[in-house]
Amino acid sequence: MSDLVRPATDIAIDVSGLTKIFAGKKVVDNLSLRVKRGHIQGFLGPNGSGKTTTIRMLCGLLTPDAGEGRCLGLDIRTQQEEIKRHVGYMTQGFSLYRDLTIRENLEFVARIYGLVAPEDAAQAALERLGLTARADQLAGELSGGWKQRLALGACILPAPSLLLLDEPTAGVDPKARRDFWDEIHHLANEGLTVLVSTHYMDEAERCHEIAYILDGKLLVSGTIEDTIRNARLTTYVVKGEGLDALAAELNRAPGVDMVAPFGAALHVGGRDRQAMEAVAARYADRAHRWMQDEPTLEDVFIELMTRNHRSGQ
Amino acid sequence: MNEASVRRDIQRDIQPARRGALAQSWQRLVAMFVKEFIQLRRDRPTLGMIVGIPLIQLLLFGYAINTDPKHLPTAVLVSDDSPLARALVGALRATDYFHVKYVVQGEQRADQLIRSNEVQFVIQIPPDFSRRLVRGERPSLLIVADATDPTATAGAIAAASGAVIQALDRELTGALATLAQNSPPFDLQVHRRYNPAGEARRNIVPGLIGTILTMTMLIYTALSVTREIERGTMEALLAMPVKPVEIMLGKITPYVVVGGVQMATILIVATFLFRVPIVGSLFVLVPLTLLFIVANLSMGYTLSTVAANQLQAIQMTFFFFLPSMLLSGFLFPFYGMPVWAQYLGEGLPLTHYLRIVRSVMLKGSGYGDLAADAGALALFTLVAMSVAVMRFRQTLD
Ligand SMILES: Nc1ncnc2c1ncn2[C@@H]1O[C@H](COP(=O)(O)OP(=O)(O)OP(=O)(O)O)[C@@H](O)[C@H]1O
Ligand SMILES: [Mg+2]
Repeated sequence: MSDLVRPATDIAIDVSGLTKIFAGKKVVDNLSLRVKRGHIQGFLGPNGSGKTTTIRMLCGLLTPDAGEGRCLGLDIRTQQEEIKRHVGYMTQGFSLYRDLTIRENLEFVARIYGLVAPEDAAQAALERLGLTARADQLAGELSGGWKQRLALGACILPAPSLLLLDEPTAGVDPKARRDFWDEIHHLANEGLTVLVSTHYMDEAERCHEIAYILDGKLLVSGTIEDTIRNARLTTYVVKGEGLDALAAELNRAPGVDMVAPFGAALHVGGRDRQAMEAVAARYADRAHRWMQDEPTLEDVFIELMTRNHRSGQ
Repeated sequence: MNEASVRRDIQRDIQPARRGALAQSWQRLVAMFVKEFIQLRRDRPTLGMIVGIPLIQLLLFGYAINTDPKHLPTAVLVSDDSPLARALVGALRATDYFHVKYVVQGEQRADQLIRSNEVQFVIQIPPDFSRRLVRGERPSLLIVADATDPTATAGAIAAASGAVIQALDRELTGALATLAQNSPPFDLQVHRRYNPAGEARRNIVPGLIGTILTMTMLIYTALSVTREIERGTMEALLAMPVKPVEIMLGKITPYVVVGGVQMATILIVATFLFRVPIVGSLFVLVPLTLLFIVANLSMGYTLSTVAANQLQAIQMTFFFFLPSMLLSGFLFPFYGMPVWAQYLGEGLPLTHYLRIVRSVMLKGSGYGDLAADAGALALFTLVAMSVAVMRFRQTLD
């Protein structure tokens, strides 16, 4: 990479060659990643692609089988203790104590991080999260959205410098997701670095940079514009009758690299511009309208997945 | 640019005030303690069992050992129908221990009664008893006891000799009074059939304190680590800057309080319901019992770090509990066991605690007498805790 000359002070996460093997399978395979301080890094990939495993290696919960790196300038192999003090990790499932109230959970976290006045710190967090009215409710009785709010609140309570969020908005309604992302951006403005895994494209689009992982391998990383541009896809939006049958046919057509239904339309794309234009010309008829359009981020990911799926066979 | 300054740059400037290193460690321990305590408080069934389990066990055992059963079926084999003999039988009856169901003549009939469980005692007054007594020949008075259940007969036997002496005191008046002065003018022989050893009844209640505490304490901590793993809270806990020692101590301490409550419950019931005296000092008994409680909590916690899930943890506690019952001297006399079993027994905290609790409660022993056993408990605790801290997995690998 050419940006090795960049001063290291800017880089919050800097890992290279990370590999984790479970039962003989490379779950994370030679992964290298750099995240700038104050940036929001989206981390995408299908189920089982190794997102959680990667995040766990970053915060010292798993030891990499190969590779090394630093989080906040601290070695992920030898300085886990120190990393834990400055990294907030929000697990994929709810992992606070369900039989403790919101306040008790926050006080627990404040004490564990050695804050001077844990009760006051918990109270401040309650107010900041708008959870004061529910302070004495058991955490296990909260709805999904409030659980997520609480989990984030617990993560940022000790003022970490790096947040690792593993699918923080899974199962949360759109309004709560929006509020959540506003909060994330607010924190990033304060200088917090955030790495967040997600399956939602609209969330990916709110990140400064994204990384896409598939079968443990990092396929893409960079800004959204770069990602889309580098994919060099020519895409069409197809509308009309009998799209299902058309999709099945297009899947076998040479020059077509991805076909995906989006609502009442079909996204069709290919890396070979001329081949793709030929396909469009061939299939455009009275029943179907073909319109060339800019590829979306999702088009790019679907094309990546399709390509890997095909080459794997 | 050196590493530290790089780090400071990447980390945020606004940092909340934190305590010093040692104070932080202490506070993390407090955090674990408070958390565990709240969780325990919210767990109603478990809370009820803190007092419930020892109480129920003690009461159930208490009736099995029923310290002093009375009105035991008795046969009197009278071969000497003198007023003195009749007075003796009357005196035995008056103790309330003996319910004379049969007065028989032949020895065979008496044997048959005891064999068929019709009676638990046969009191034999030999022929010429009163005449030989008057002559000062110290005739023997024989009590045959069915000692298959020694605890059931011990009280009665103890009461018998006293009753007989009193009866003779009353009967031997006038010129015969001198006989009564050389105590006792007869020879009371007790044949404990079927179980000549006859264990002391008071061994059992102190022993129960030990077994009950072993069982409850082991279970409490054996579940503590596996529970966090199964509920998914371990991942978040491990991602926080808390050390294995702090987690362990924070999880053990609340249950020392629980153990203290159980100890108090048992001691109160033992004293007021079963009337087992505490000869020694509570200042010896209570601290050493707390040490025993900590030893078991450490053991349970160690099992918890080895077990993969809660079911395994429970199975392991039974694996530890069973030999504790069998090899500690609770069920069988310790020095009656083969040597290899004694060696195993020495490795169990219950063995040492039984010695402590029996000595303190029955003999009034002090710290000086019990140093070796107290030391063994402390060593056991230390080893168990060290193993637990080493076994504790700080990562999810
Ligand atoms: N402790 C483990 N032991 C064995 N295999 C594991 C372990 N943890 C994860 N795996 C496997 O590693 C692969 C990657 O898992 P990981 O949880 O990192 O994926 P993910 O990208 O987070 O998926 P999801 O989007 O479903 O959360 C999966 O195939 C999973 O089964
Ligand atoms: Mg995951």
